[in-house]
Amino acid sequence: MSQFYTTTDHFVLAPALMLALFGCAILLFDFLLFPNPKDRKWLTLFLLAGEAFCGYGLWRQQAFLSANGMNEITAFQGSLTIDGFALFFNWIFVIATVVVAIVSYHYLEIEGEHHGEYYALILFAQCGMFFLAAGTDLITLFIGLELMALCFYVMVGFLRAERRSNEAAMKYLLLGAFSSGFLAYGFSIMYGISGSTKLSDVASAFASRDPWDPMILLAIATTSVGLLFKISAAPFHMWAPDAYEGAPTTVTAYLSVASKAASFAFLLRIFMGPLATSRPVWEPLLAAVAIATMTFGNLAAISQNNIKRLLAYSSISHAGYMLLGLIAGNRTGLNGVAVYVMVYTFMNLGAFLVVIAMRRKGIAGEDVDDLAGLMHKSPGYALLMLVFLLSLAGLPPTAGFLGKYYIFLSLIETGHYTLAVVATLYVAVAIYYYFRIVKSMFIPEQFEPAPLSTSLGLRVALGVTGVLTLVIGVYPEPFLRMAQTSLMR
Amino acid sequence: MQPVTTVHYLALSLALLLIGTVGVLTRRNIVIILMSIELILNAVNINLIAFSNQLQNVNGQIFAIFVITDAVAEAAVGLGILIALFRNKETVLADEVNLLKW
Repeated sequence: MSQFYTTTDHFVLAPALMLALFGCAILLFDFLLFPNPKDRKWLTLFLLAGEAFCGYGLWRQQAFLSANGMNEITAFQGSLTIDGFALFFNWIFVIATVVVAIVSYHYLEIEGEHHGEYYALILFAQCGMFFLAAGTDLITLFIGLELMALCFYVMVGFLRAERRSNEAAMKYLLLGAFSSGFLAYGFSIMYGISGSTKLSDVASAFASRDPWDPMILLAIATTSVGLLFKISAAPFHMWAPDAYEGAPTTVTAYLSVASKAASFAFLLRIFMGPLATSRPVWEPLLAAVAIATMTFGNLAAISQNNIKRLLAYSSISHAGYMLLGLIAGNRTGLNGVAVYVMVYTFMNLGAFLVVIAMRRKGIAGEDVDDLAGLMHKSPGYALLMLVFLLSLAGLPPTAGFLGKYYIFLSLIETGHYTLAVVATLYVAVAIYYYFRIVKSMFIPEQFEPAPLSTSLGLRVALGVTGVLTLVIGVYPEPFLRMAQTSLMR
Repeated sequence: MQPVTTVHYLALSLALLLIGTVGVLTRRNIVIILMSIELILNAVNINLIAFSNQLQNVNGQIFAIFVITDAVAEAAVGLGILIALFRNKETVLADEVNLLKW
């Protein structure tokens, strides 16, 4: 092979290549082979095959790294890097995508908007996430981000006949494109300072300058606006509740976990890479943002009646907790962010899966009151929802406790006592609004006698997320080790 | 006559960034908001090309081509969503798009 596309390049790119190829194949086959809408169930199997190939590629990379005792493989003249960090996040993306894909068929049939492009868009979005977790070049990261974001704009507006969905997509696109513009502006300044688009070159150029240099301040300010928007941190969080409420619930679930995990991978790559030496500049800024994010997220969630909107505000507050790990910045803190992202993926997906089961023909099932009497109608769903909510609130013995534990531990280790106290107090607020849902589930009256919608995919997905949420909480050893190896450098 | 230096280009791009930001924050018409976002992305392009010229390094020009492509994709998706919105509610004014609140 030529020097422009070596076998190493191919080895590193293979998982993303598989996702893109299967995405294109789904578009083509949906058009050519399956003109009958009933045949669309094959597209789910196609997507799963693509994920299997992607997972195989990741597994081979992991085996290669551990067999040769290497920390990373770089490709494309250093613009892609496969290390423990990239692999850890990519496994999260694979699991989240598979869970969302197997519940989508039944849900989209109920919504009456079942189109083949949906599966292709999911795969393309995951392809963008791969580049966000593995990219080490400003251009690669920017294109990965835009690939993911453009797919999500379309998926949020997937219910074309529904005004709420159109509106959510429009707001998400306008604010998303605006923040991408700021991010790109920050990247252009970084390029100007260092004369290179490689993160390592940018990092050494930043390290050789005074962190209070006005050009560096401009780069940090504009880049932070873009990044904080993507993780929906206050004051750039206002898109999240609208996008989450208006989008189809399967897309909301995917947006809230996979997009957030990818954005955090991106955030860590930038803040622990080029901006690491400017820590005195951004640490107080991020601390203020984290407190504001937890305040807005938790206090606004109290008065919500729509479950999707409530979970949206709760996911904003979770972004605040994850930021705290970056502010602490020691090993425990970064490890805590990795654990928190993993745990959050399973518990938040699980909570949204129960909301998906509430959607039946003619019944929206999105309000807290719609869950009334769920314990008596379908105890299995109610108990699973209880586990997910306990975990989201951060109570032991569920996985959510573990995530919060490491974040708080790192804050105390680095002497951020005020932040630790504030974060702990907000857990009490969070327990209040999560238990509003629990209370509603356990009251005896039933307002809607119709049974919950169910499918094989939904039951498998709920089983996987429920078991993982409990197992990580009770027996965390192997998962902690996985998160620790992800940060080996 | 004074020659045009990189600093002049940076001043121009900073002005474009501010004009675009003010446009996004204050205009009501969604099409004009999309145009303001294009202004911000063009500010990025001017920056990239100016730096590329000053540093005699081609990476910035390649980045600029990617940013242009991205701006086109965003405009295409944005106008598509706007048409879907217009079919259900005949308006292009951002403050009349108000089903989702608090």
